[in-house]
Amino acid sequence: MTETETQAVKTAFFKYHVEAGARMVEFAGFMMPVQYQGITAEHLAVREKVGLFDLSHMGEFEVTGGDSLAFLQHVTTNNVAALEVGQIQYSCMTKADGGIVDDLLIYRLADRYLLVVNAANIARDFSWLKSHLDGDVRLVDRSGQVSLLAIQGPDAEKLLSELTTYNLADMAFYTSATAEIAGCEVLFSRTGYTGEDGFELYIPPQHTDTLWKAITEVGKRYDLQLIGLGARDSLRLEMKMALYGNDIDESTNPIEAGLGWIVDLDTDFVGRNVIAQTKAEKPKRRLVCLEVQGRAFPRHGYDLLVDGKPVGKVTSGTFSPSLQKPIALGYVPRRYAKAGSELEVAIRNKRFAAHVVKPPFYKDGSHR
Amino acid sequence: MNIPTELKYTKEHEWIKLDGTTATVGITDWAQGELGDIVFVELPEVGDKIERTKPFGTIEAVKAVSDLFAPLSGEVVEINAALEDDPMVINRDAFGDGWMVRIECSDLSELDQLLDSAGYESIING
Repeated sequence: MTETETQAVKTAFFKYHVEAGARMVEFAGFMMPVQYQGITAEHLAVREKVGLFDLSHMGEFEVTGGDSLAFLQHVTTNNVAALEVGQIQYSCMTKADGGIVDDLLIYRLADRYLLVVNAANIARDFSWLKSHLDGDVRLVDRSGQVSLLAIQGPDAEKLLSELTTYNLADMAFYTSATAEIAGCEVLFSRTGYTGEDGFELYIPPQHTDTLWKAITEVGKRYDLQLIGLGARDSLRLEMKMALYGNDIDESTNPIEAGLGWIVDLDTDFVGRNVIAQTKAEKPKRRLVCLEVQGRAFPRHGYDLLVDGKPVGKVTSGTFSPSLQKPIALGYVPRRYAKAGSELEVAIRNKRFAAHVVKPPFYKDGSHR
Repeated sequence: MNIPTELKYTKEHEWIKLDGTTATVGITDWAQGELGDIVFVELPEVGDKIERTKPFGTIEAVKAVSDLFAPLSGEVVEINAALEDDPMVINRDAFGDGWMVRIECSDLSELDQLLDSAGYESIING
């Protein structure tokens, strides 16, 4: 056994993954299932029916105190003041130079805010946020006490409605509620990273076994499949949802990444001036969606070419299980960023034709 | 671990089934498991000459791309055309319908370089 395996954290659902025959890998310091039956089958199960994901590696921070709103306005790019209790916002944190520290979800709850951040960035995000604390604000890392399960797919509402009396039919996308699910009181939201309808459940330690068993038991009637990180990646990629560390990082800013819609320049946040300037001058490069021709498998780091010369790099790529063709995200100079622009992807010793398409790649998702 | 005793192996995770001087070649069940879902297989053409230990094709899988190394020298006499439309047959049946090429061997002394099932097992457990 290697050092990383012995140090990696096992989530509350580890034993269920092993029982189900998952291939476990170390990811961001956690032992996570990368696949069970196979990435393609899992991907299609979420598109067609419903799947269950263990996302307990994600980080959760609580923000409380009278100056919480002012603090969050300062450290995130979107307008937190627009959030009503029960609403959720996608946002990001940026450095003074506009580079992205992380992308995150902000939940406004009755008595606090909850920030959900990427597993690989938990420690770094926490210290970055801590360095900006000001006034009456308390920031607490709850990551170790919260397990996260996601139920995603067109049948997610039907499945979950068998376990709760809460009115899911009227629950809007990007809202949260606290209610009893399988007799356990949990915070949950209508959110996801797949393009499908779905829910995410934030589960305290005493309820993890009850909820896993209840969901998988009811799930049998809906052909619920367990979904690993492999299919999570291809599902999000088909929707052009950015993956931190691949498509966005400290060297990219939200405007280049096509995340201008989560930046509110009327708020005063760290990095605002640089980002406002990028927006005004238009970014030099943009993250675009590419469809690739032929028997190609674009991967992170491959060169994008125009007239045989490198102009950018692939940041994420896969063979799309839904579209049955190779797809990629990558940064290209602005003049090649329009839909229809023609480029090539260099894959080892060959070049494959590619063209820019409008996001998302997959247009039939069930989320509203 | 599924490692048929009647086959020969390479440390590059290929299996070889000998029928006279004709060798049928594929990748092992262990290898397909490591690669995950296979998306494309690039094979040589019938009539191509291949040389032991040199790359003769590639496998693109969801998780990684991998070169195929010729286990023996010779001429390609048949390729598994079914892999063009359904490469995941390798995931389902690596030692059977997932075969890749048939080679007419040009140097039978190379057979000594192949591993038996016990030798291969010790490599994947190593």
